[in-house]
Amino acid sequence: MAANPMYQFNVYRIGPEIKINNIDISFTNASLFMVISSLAILIIFNLGTKRSIIPNKIQLLAELSYSFISKMISDTAGSKAKPYFSFIFSLFMFVLFCNMFGMIPYSFTVTSHIIVTFVLAAFIFIGVTIIGFIKHGLGYLKLFVPSGVPMVLLPLIVVIEIISYLSRPISLSVRLFANMMAGHTMMKVFGGFVVSLGIVGGWLPLGFSVALTGLEILVAFLQAYVFAILTCIYLNDALNLHH
Amino acid sequence: MLKKIIFQFLALSLIFTYSAQSAESGGMPQLNPEFWISQIFWLVLTFGLLFIILSKFILPKISNNLETRKSQILENIETADKQREETEKKVKEFDKIINDTKVEAKNFFNSERQKVLDDINNKRLSLEKDIEKEIIKAEEEIDQLKKTSQEKVTKIAIETSSDLVKQLIGEDINKSSLSAIVEDLSKKEMEKHNGI
Repeated sequence: MAANPMYQFNVYRIGPEIKINNIDISFTNASLFMVISSLAILIIFNLGTKRSIIPNKIQLLAELSYSFISKMISDTAGSKAKPYFSFIFSLFMFVLFCNMFGMIPYSFTVTSHIIVTFVLAAFIFIGVTIIGFIKHGLGYLKLFVPSGVPMVLLPLIVVIEIISYLSRPISLSVRLFANMMAGHTMMKVFGGFVVSLGIVGGWLPLGFSVALTGLEILVAFLQAYVFAILTCIYLNDALNLHH
Repeated sequence: MLKKIIFQFLALSLIFTYSAQSAESGGMPQLNPEFWISQIFWLVLTFGLLFIILSKFILPKISNNLETRKSQILENIETADKQREETEKKVKEFDKIINDTKVEAKNFFNSERQKVLDDINNKRLSLEKDIEKEIIKAEEEIDQLKKTSQEKVTKIAIETSSDLVKQLIGEDINKSSLSAIVEDLSKKEMEKHNGI
């Protein structure tokens, strides 16, 4: 069973079965890694709040990531997006830490599950839509009518815009989930090759595996960044109506 | 945009076909809805708590730290600028004092030198005057002496010559004629002596 590259994505119960109103909310390995990631973020950033004029390493890390995300938000969504800074910061850090913890062998990657990424993306989608309607009222629907389009093409364009808008949560969630799943499956497959080819032929897939690990760490960071920056872009659409 | 949408539809249809298969073969554990509710519950719980703690307690502290550091750096730069200005002022004052003292010293030196020179000049002038006076006096004395000495010499010459004549001849000669001769001779002698 362990040779199955998909086995690593199995979710299983840790501890007793918890049921509320016949709904199963048991603590699973996925929950465990969510808790670990959140705790790691909280510990690291809490250590980074030390009040000193010359920062130590952890403080520097915390402050650099703070200014990194703050700059990302102000670059993509402008100054109006400042109230949403802590949400995007939490989102980026949560996705990043879940991705990174997934890189530890025999660990579990929370973000490789479509349901997790979809809940995050759907929350962002609904939130952004609500923000857009609160800020612009029904004028937010102008988002679907780009300016400078010939009248003949308008019905088609509006339909396409609406579909593309509605597919945002899907694209956002599938992008992250598919990247994480594909990377981890590939690593597992190459790992399986190393075992099956043995000491004679296993060196090549081992080399690939090592290279893939580096690539996957890059992807783990990049996907968290993409997730956060797309959230910023959607937020930008809702806050500053350009069309 | 269209390409993206097509891709998304493809991905979606892929997921659904997978989910149809997973019922039979176990396929992707992601599409097994057994723990979906649990995952959603724990995601909302952990992410919600993370968001609340980060936004309420940790991020304000970090931003506060950054702000205070920024303001402190600005303040430090300001004080440094102020102190530099002050130093420049002090250096200027110092230079000015040094210059002033130099000028003063020069002036003092010059005036003292002038004084000394004047003093020397005065003393020399008075000395020269004194010397001149002395010289004039001495010259007068010499002149007088010359005159008196000539008369005396003439007298002595007349007396000795009269004595000589008396002893030679044994009788007195007219003194006036004798003196005329002596004077004439002595005049000649004097003229010869004076190189006239």
